[in-house]
Amino acid sequence: MSVLLAFTAATLFSLGTWLLLQRRLTRIVIGIGLIGHGTNILLITSGGGGGIPPVIGKGDKGDFADPLPQALALTAIVITFGVTAFLLAMAYRSWQLTHDDVVADDREDRLIAASRRTDSDVADVEAAERAHITDSSGDEEDQL
Amino acid sequence: MNSALVPLPIVIPLLAAALAVIFVRFHIVQRAIALSALIGSVGVSIALLVQVEEHDVVKMDAGGWAAPLGITYVVDRLSAIMLVTSSLMLLIVLIYAIGQRGVEDNHLAFDAVYLVLAAGVAASFVTGDMFNLFVAFEMMLAASFVLLTLGGRADQVRGGMTYVVISLVASAMFITALALLYASTGTINMADLAQRIPELSSGVRTGFSLLLILVFGVKAGLFPLFFWLPDSYPTAPGPVTAIFAGLLTKVGVYAIIRTQTLLFPPDSQQGTVLLIIGGLTMAVGALGALAQDDLKRLLSFHIVGQIGFMIFGLGLFTVAGISAVVFYIVQTILVKTNLFLVAGLIDRHTGSSRISRVGGVVRSAPIIAVFFAVPALSLAGLPPSSGFAGKFALINAGVMSSQWAIVTVALIVSLLTLFSMTKIWAGVFWGEPESATPLAEGRTNGGPPLMVLATGLTVALSISFVVFAGPMFELAERAGDDLMNPSAYINAVLGGGGS
Repeated sequence: MSVLLAFTAATLFSLGTWLLLQRRLTRIVIGIGLIGHGTNILLITSGGGGGIPPVIGKGDKGDFADPLPQALALTAIVITFGVTAFLLAMAYRSWQLTHDDVVADDREDRLIAASRRTDSDVADVEAAERAHITDSSGDEEDQL
Repeated sequence: MNSALVPLPIVIPLLAAALAVIFVRFHIVQRAIALSALIGSVGVSIALLVQVEEHDVVKMDAGGWAAPLGITYVVDRLSAIMLVTSSLMLLIVLIYAIGQRGVEDNHLAFDAVYLVLAAGVAASFVTGDMFNLFVAFEMMLAASFVLLTLGGRADQVRGGMTYVVISLVASAMFITALALLYASTGTINMADLAQRIPELSSGVRTGFSLLLILVFGVKAGLFPLFFWLPDSYPTAPGPVTAIFAGLLTKVGVYAIIRTQTLLFPPDSQQGTVLLIIGGLTMAVGALGALAQDDLKRLLSFHIVGQIGFMIFGLGLFTVAGISAVVFYIVQTILVKTNLFLVAGLIDRHTGSSRISRVGGVVRSAPIIAVFFAVPALSLAGLPPSSGFAGKFALINAGVMSSQWAIVTVALIVSLLTLFSMTKIWAGVFWGEPESATPLAEGRTNGGPPLMVLATGLTVALSISFVVFAGPMFELAERAGDDLMNPSAYINAVLGGGGS
């Protein structure tokens, strides 16, 4: 049983990692979800084998399943759920802004990379930058 | 000793956050609630520091369940010092945010989320239980996700996405570490773990030690794991960046210090690994900063650099090293918050945070120049500043342990830091403004009074930190001594409910 669970957790981790390395936000969100499930299974497995339900019922001390990992897994599930909801909201916002769900490059990084090139390249990037700044100037006032 | 004060730094901000949600339509009431809650936390934290000075360790068992079974909240010297520093910074930055009349800082959710962040930070310092440390981190991170993306702008969503995803991966690793720890020791109480972990085989211990460094290293921004930091922090609204820069990474460092010193016996503490990582983190932070043109990004790289200094001190695993780290962390929190608050003032004063676009601030707003000069000298570690005291202690500890390589790196990095501070000074404060938008007129006093007041407070605090460097360092030494000899902590937690 625990071999099966270990195998499941490993599969979930590997699939999740693969999805995380993609550039599409939807895949990243699913990847995070899968990794979350993998960790929860791992948590449950860490309590040892099964047994009769804790708290309810009578029996020897050894017959009961360990309740602590179950409580921990519940907490972890709730947290993962909340954060995944936030991620989805952000992916939606990103789609609203760019009509695309690919993670964008960092503008500042590209500027600094460009500064190693010829002067005309820098001028191009700076012109684009200036256009962007005039677009977004005054965003403190008209934001939201 | 038991103390009912211990959970208050968590409870007060959380209750206040709930109240702030109830009074969401009454902005002034909300602000009053937030302010009084944070003033309350500062008071409680100072009271805790006084208690800890007397009794070494104070604790509270939640629900009266004794330690290995129940959930324990513990405050020792390090926790108390961190609590006082963080609650003071949270209060000052809130004052600054009230002064800054931007849309994002007047967002209806700002106060409530900010209070949750305060509770999460306090919970990380107070908890004596690994799983609660995870919950505290999540509380802090969830609040920081919202604060970071409060405006919903494209750059915020982009930077925020990186931040959220990397934080979630780290959290997943954290749960994995917890599950494995529980499977091999059967406990998640830190004091209990400290007694059980030496029973494990040395390979397993080393594995846990490295896994926990990885988990907290992502949050702290250690060398190979820092890429998210300079991308995401500068996109947040000014006061939020200031509090992130000042506090969040240091919570990660706190967790590394706590777990490495408490949980692992000396033979599985990762001294050499930490020294190498620390050196690389310092170097990358300082070199990365040199290439930047955006003020906030440049300062963000310096956050990374300073984390390297802290890891260097911890990696020595001597009382002198850890005392120096405790001193240095407090100093850095003050200086870093201060610098980002000044960056916010510059941004507001000139309308840009690009060094190449701004200029002549020393004439148009001399007070900003003064506010910048004090922490900048401190960051570079020049003699009369608090940064000098911190770096001197660290390098002294390094010399005492004969770690010449890391000491050399630290000295070179300090020089590079000074260089990038002079770059900011020459670019922002001297010269002529190249910006197309002219400087705002008639604001020679530096900005709205509350923002200037808050920044002035941080400057005053870092100056008084130099004046009282002697007693502060003695306190840090006692904290370092506690950390290197954790038996008092373990006994206080596990030694029954009696006081």
